[in-house]
Amino acid sequence: MSIIQVQNLRKLFPTQKASLWQKEEQFVHAIDGVTFELRQGEVLALVGESGCGKSTLALTLMGLERATSGHIFFKGQEVTQGRGRDLKQLRRQIQMVFQDPYESLNPTMRIADIVAEPLMVHGLGGSKAARMERVVQALEDAGLKPAGSFLHRYPHELSGGQRQRVVIAGALVLEPTVLLADEPVSMLDVSIRAEILNLLADLRQSRGISILFITHDLGTVAYFADRIAVMYLGRIVELGETAQILQRPQHPYTKALLSVMPVPNPRLRRERIILQGETPNPIQLPTGCRFHPRCPIVQPHCAQVDPEWREILPAHQVACHEAGRRDNNE
Amino acid sequence: MSAVITSKAPPPATGFLGFWHTFRRNKMAVVGLFMLVMAILTALFAPQLAPYDPKAITRVTIEDIYARPSAAHWLGKDDAGRDVLSSFIYGSRVSLIVGFFASMISIFIGGVIGIVAGFYGGRVENLLMRFTDVMLVIPDLPLTVVIVALTKPSLFNIIFVIGIVGWTGTARLVRSQTLAVKERKFVLRARAIGAGNLHIIRYHILPLVLPLLVVNTVLIISLAILNESTLSFLGLSDPTTLSWGQMLNFAFTRGAMSAGAWWVLVTPGLGIVWLVLGCTLLGQGLEQVLNPRLEAHHLAAGPGMVARRLGD
Ligand SMILES: Nc1ncnc2c1ncn2[C@@H]1O[C@H](COP(=O)(O)OP(=O)(O)O)[C@@H](O)[C@H]1O
Ligand SMILES: [Mg+2]
Repeated sequence: MSIIQVQNLRKLFPTQKASLWQKEEQFVHAIDGVTFELRQGEVLALVGESGCGKSTLALTLMGLERATSGHIFFKGQEVTQGRGRDLKQLRRQIQMVFQDPYESLNPTMRIADIVAEPLMVHGLGGSKAARMERVVQALEDAGLKPAGSFLHRYPHELSGGQRQRVVIAGALVLEPTVLLADEPVSMLDVSIRAEILNLLADLRQSRGISILFITHDLGTVAYFADRIAVMYLGRIVELGETAQILQRPQHPYTKALLSVMPVPNPRLRRERIILQGETPNPIQLPTGCRFHPRCPIVQPHCAQVDPEWREILPAHQVACHEAGRRDNNE
Repeated sequence: MSAVITSKAPPPATGFLGFWHTFRRNKMAVVGLFMLVMAILTALFAPQLAPYDPKAITRVTIEDIYARPSAAHWLGKDDAGRDVLSSFIYGSRVSLIVGFFASMISIFIGGVIGIVAGFYGGRVENLLMRFTDVMLVIPDLPLTVVIVALTKPSLFNIIFVIGIVGWTGTARLVRSQTLAVKERKFVLRARAIGAGNLHIIRYHILPLVLPLLVVNTVLIISLAILNESTLSFLGLSDPTTLSWGQMLNFAFTRGAMSAGAWWVLVTPGLGIVWLVLGCTLLGQGLEQVLNPRLEAHHLAAGPGMVARRLGD
């Protein structure tokens, strides 16, 4: 069962090209035709280079950015252009964990108030004592034990990992059904990344929360995502079960990402595919397939025709003309 | 790769005790506070401190006019034969009352306009900042003089007029701080948990604008005190109250200069200087005390920023 459904979503940011003669309005194609679903209780990893539109996608799902076109359904209800009370209700069910735990907590608030804030905003939790009880519970669920020793501290007295746990606790008090985790560990010390990942995996197990896990690093998701979506320049180019994507990648971009991933067993090491050139800027997208200027298996028609989103194997979708053709598969 | 770099600066102590701890070690702030407290105590206990009642009707002989300082009258007498020291002590009340209440009005107007303009942006901001710019280019003094002259120069009117003239600097300062604060990630997080604009302003914008507002208040107080003195010096004072500016006005208009009665001039002048200096010292000291704390909050975000550059 799908909990969030996204259809052909687009988000353009207007920018102005500073030209000497005229002001020409241009658009950053942050999200450019994204279609996918997040299923009940699954961990879907969204992988892509920085700047490909992952954060914008998460913000748009929560209504923090307004979609330019396309549709978002939450539990079957369209929420794309939600406002006011609907939006507030949505933000009770979908919670977000941000990339930067150093910036996402108000430095003037105590931990207890930070975690109680969502309850206050939604008028939940009853009396002050009852609310505190829920705060303590959420802190302990997020792995901050004993919670009592954190309640009266300020964010700057905590480490990065502890702060990220506070953010997670703040999301948990509302008992959400969906968690959007936007690179939650990329700014943390390598040594504590695994702890936070384990925490998220536990939450999925114990509470059945659906998690959209955003990362620029395929390595961090390999062992805990159910499915992987690979994003390139504002579009999902490949989507499938984790094992499928890792073992039988179809899109040349996914193959390139996998080939540079460190592999524990050197016998399994693939030949490294180093992509040519830079990621094109999302203002002037390449014609045809957006990946064609850097594609190692590019064909003439790739520059003309945008590949359609097709099911290449059962439950495995890809947007590539050449994927699955005999001469490209090893 | 994105190892967490912890800042070397000691974490700022939090709460009032932490604030007091840093405050105590700032000489400027302590001296300024001392000067202000002295003035406030003088105003509060004026009836106990003043050797004579400046309002009492006394019989005046020719010797009493501009009488030199003596053992009975330490600061001599004025043109009406009243004790200058007593007038001076009572006069501190007006300066402080006007300074305090007028600056409250200024800070309130400036704070609201600054936060609303900075937070909501767009046309609201355009309109409010245009208005602020217009108020800014109109010179304060002529404007206050005109308004006070047109209305009755009562204590209330003077406070009101000084208050509604002096908010432009505050509005701009608060707006720019609001602009900076609202872009921070914790504001986005507040939106993500469903918080509305009023909640965000109350819990996420205001607390980070407040230190700036406190510093600004002290400086606005000194401006208001100066304004009041200027108005009374120009003869626009509440005739029923005694103020330092008014003492100066009487001294100038009633021949203290030619009589060589320097005590009538120097005394209120020094009083004004004392208050303005006290406010300025306290304000600048507070700025030094509060700013590193604000920066420390920024530092709390610093390692993340470094990590972003390394990691992304
Ligand atoms: N508010 C904005 N205004 C203009 N451009 C934006 C804005 N937010 C993001 N972008 C642009 O959209 C693209 C995708 O950004 P983002 O979603 O942050 O990528 P990611 O999270 O994958 O690194 C980038 O080119 C970025 O510059
Ligand atoms: Mg991002």
